[in-house]
Amino acid sequence: MTAPLTAKDFATDQEVRWCPGCGDYAILKAVQKTLADIGANPDETVFVSGIGCSSRFPYYVKSYGFHTIHGRAPAFATGLKLANPDLDVWVVTGDGDGLSIGGNHLLHALRRNVNVQVLLFNNEIYGLTKGQYSPTSRIGTRSPSSPKGSIDAPVSPCLFALGAGAKFIARGIDTDAKHLGETLKAAHAFEGAAFVEIFQNCIVYNADVFSSFTEKKVADDAQIHVEHGKPLLFAKGAKGLRFNPQTFRLEVAAVGEGGVPQTDILVHDETNPALAQLLLSMPQPDFPVALGVIYRAPAAAAFEKGFWAGRARPGERAGRVADALRRGSVWTKKAG
Amino acid sequence: MTKIRPEHQSIVVRFAGDSGDGVQLLGAQFAESTALAGADFATFPDFPAEIRAPVGTTFGVSAFQINLGARRIATAGDAPDVLVAFNPAALKVNLPLLPKGALVILNTDEFNERNFAKANIRADPRETGALADYQVIEIPIKALTLEAVKDSGLSRRDAERCKNFWALGAILWMFGRDRAPMEAWINRKFAKAPDVLAGNLAALHAGHAYAETAELSAEIPQFEIGAAPMSPGDYRSITGAEALALGLAAAGELADKPVLFCSYPITPASPLLHHLSRMGDLGVATFQAEDEIAAACAAIGASYGGAIGVTSSSGPGIALKTEAIGLAIAAELPLVVVNSQRGGPSTGLPTKTEQSDLYQAVYGRNADAPVPVIAAAGPGDCFDAAIEATRVALRHMTPVFLLTDGYIANAAGPWAIPDMADYEPILHNAPPQAPDSDDPADLKRAIWARDPESLGRPWVAPGMKGLAHRIGGLEKDIETGDISYEAANHQAMTELRARKVASVAKFIRPQEVEQGPERGPLAVVGWGSTHGVIWRAVEAARKEGLDAAQIHLRWLNPLPDNLGALLRGYERVLLPEMNMGQCATLLRDRLEIGVIPLNKVSGQPFKIAEILDAIRAHYPAAARTPKPAAVGAAQ
Repeated sequence: MTAPLTAKDFATDQEVRWCPGCGDYAILKAVQKTLADIGANPDETVFVSGIGCSSRFPYYVKSYGFHTIHGRAPAFATGLKLANPDLDVWVVTGDGDGLSIGGNHLLHALRRNVNVQVLLFNNEIYGLTKGQYSPTSRIGTRSPSSPKGSIDAPVSPCLFALGAGAKFIARGIDTDAKHLGETLKAAHAFEGAAFVEIFQNCIVYNADVFSSFTEKKVADDAQIHVEHGKPLLFAKGAKGLRFNPQTFRLEVAAVGEGGVPQTDILVHDETNPALAQLLLSMPQPDFPVALGVIYRAPAAAAFEKGFWAGRARPGERAGRVADALRRGSVWTKKAG
Repeated sequence: MTKIRPEHQSIVVRFAGDSGDGVQLLGAQFAESTALAGADFATFPDFPAEIRAPVGTTFGVSAFQINLGARRIATAGDAPDVLVAFNPAALKVNLPLLPKGALVILNTDEFNERNFAKANIRADPRETGALADYQVIEIPIKALTLEAVKDSGLSRRDAERCKNFWALGAILWMFGRDRAPMEAWINRKFAKAPDVLAGNLAALHAGHAYAETAELSAEIPQFEIGAAPMSPGDYRSITGAEALALGLAAAGELADKPVLFCSYPITPASPLLHHLSRMGDLGVATFQAEDEIAAACAAIGASYGGAIGVTSSSGPGIALKTEAIGLAIAAELPLVVVNSQRGGPSTGLPTKTEQSDLYQAVYGRNADAPVPVIAAAGPGDCFDAAIEATRVALRHMTPVFLLTDGYIANAAGPWAIPDMADYEPILHNAPPQAPDSDDPADLKRAIWARDPESLGRPWVAPGMKGLAHRIGGLEKDIETGDISYEAANHQAMTELRARKVASVAKFIRPQEVEQGPERGPLAVVGWGSTHGVIWRAVEAARKEGLDAAQIHLRWLNPLPDNLGALLRGYERVLLPEMNMGQCATLLRDRLEIGVIPLNKVSGQPFKIAEILDAIRAHYPAAARTPKPAAVGAAQ
């Protein structure tokens, strides 16, 4: 019996060419470790990407990989899964690739529930094209293409996914390897399209854009790690989220002495899309940023399962073309 | 009464009415009865872009033309000998097509002031002398239909809709065709709606009886079109879209691979999607993607995964797929791209035919990105073209364009059912064994070890043990497949991609001359759906004593190796095509051969007479021998 693979076994011989300090390095490590942890078979694992910094990812993972064209990775991945539903397919995309040029394909891969993991590295900027504002950039983002500040409202990746009908929505942070690894494992275990937004720091063009909640010293207060069945507490349990039925909104409440009893705090129900909507809509800095598995719908058949319904394997032939040629009216011309 | 035997043993019938009148169904069923009688035929459905245009308007007129004969039929006919017009608009639109003496059957129930106004007709054409040159038969088809189906229980609206079957009954009598197969078809088709079934059957019989016995029937002529001389064997009627669908399924079977057809609805390509979606038992699956781009990408993803990826569209959709096709070229993956061409640019003429995407197929990509291009010559030929396109895609690991057009896709004709045993299996370059080595370079070289003849690489798909590797659209090292920005390597890869497509010429049949001499005064060169019309025009020219030849191109990229020498053997080359001269450009570009272009972009196929006139006009005077002219215009 061969030894189980380690994270190192999922590294290729290619020199990694992201900028020094790029958040992608941490994500790559987390993914390679996850692959080892779940016992992934490199021969049956495929990383499919589009275009952008994040999309170089497949070159660095020792499995099958396909670096495709801008925005279209979900469409390639869909065709691949239809051809071979047994493959374990990961789609790697970014905020520009997945939500701007490729928004349409992401929408449809999610609503179809193709059984892939979609990792969207969100750095709120176009990196590879040298720093233009992206569809997730906040209003006022100054960039080479928006010198006076961008004026378009940003899209929330996870709310987009929820609206698209995604059945698994989670969030993680590039540098929080432990939590990200757990999130990736949960995404992998989900049968269907699993959407994971990863806050990724672009050290060159958008450095520290997430530091208001990712910095160690503020993390406790500015992040809430949600877990199914557990109360929505943060700040080491000193604060929690409760639901105000009058306003139909969440509120941050102090818990315990001088605050509300813990029974007032909402318990996370990852199967509740309305709660997911609320958790994903919390404005910063008044609310913490929700991380972890925010939404996981009850099991539904993956698209490729329904696609091949009735057939044992793709392309299985019950009939012959020679017979099909004779369907309908056939007449015979006799000799002579 | 005596039956009329048309001069050329063939006759052209055109049905025209509102798009809701059911003339396409009427035409298709008449074609079926023609087929069962053993006559040869070709059909041309000519319908508007609107699904249900306002009733009675000229732009809502839908028509179906069929040329049937007791001899070989090559086209749907230049001009109708018989026109069945269901309303004034249909008469107005189609009257200019009719030769003098043509038979016009009018549904008089619709000839009223209201409908004249809708069709912008000032006065009743029956009274203005507009029909003086034609034999006119007036039949109140609507009223007779309503009378015939009154016991069926159908509403008046639904009862009226049976009138296409009434007309079918009458036309079956006119051509002495058996009603039984039509009855059987109606019984099958409408089994779930007994009242509609009863109405349609009643209308069919009533129309037939009316033509046979009504007092007017002395005026209704009967035509005798017997069986055509065809090779012995089994035949069926087939449209280009059906033949293409079956051809793709056959290609999958011959390659022993699943076929994944990924497409987005577009006119006139959608029938292919519809046919294939019913061929699940033949190893085919269809994926209706969110857009044209996704359809191409999913097909490439499928090919990457080891299935035969096919995508299909018409010009505007193909334009959207272009970037993805470039990736398949770079990644060296097989892909079949079907283009059912239509009139353009932009949305253009969605339901009308054109051959104007040849530049797009041969030249239409960023960078030096060659792909093989094949064109189907007619409905039945779509079957073989699909198999051939797939064979090349798998052998050379490249996207292949298969050009068809709106005319071929919807036109039908008899088709000699092929024997699948006559087709060679479709082979691909088998994946290598995983090398027994720790050096990743050994694996990479094995994965990119291209066949020296075809330059196709092994088809390695995810899931294959020990062969995991990465591919993409960045330029790659010619030996290892690693990303390479090295200057000499890009030069070598670009040349390799060019040589790969050029190498297809080694595997295809040399160009043959279809009729006429192998050297001579004039060759008519065509490609795609003009095959039939050129065949008939050249045949007619030869009967006139003009020693013209017909050469029909199948592979447009690369061209057959012998084509240049062959064409140089003719004093002149005439090239009819439904565009502004795209194939003419190609021949000038690739072979430095100048041709006389004959271009038509009206959305309508060529007429035989147009090509015959051009042959006469361009035939070198010195080559004319004083032979007696024998036969006049034919169709």
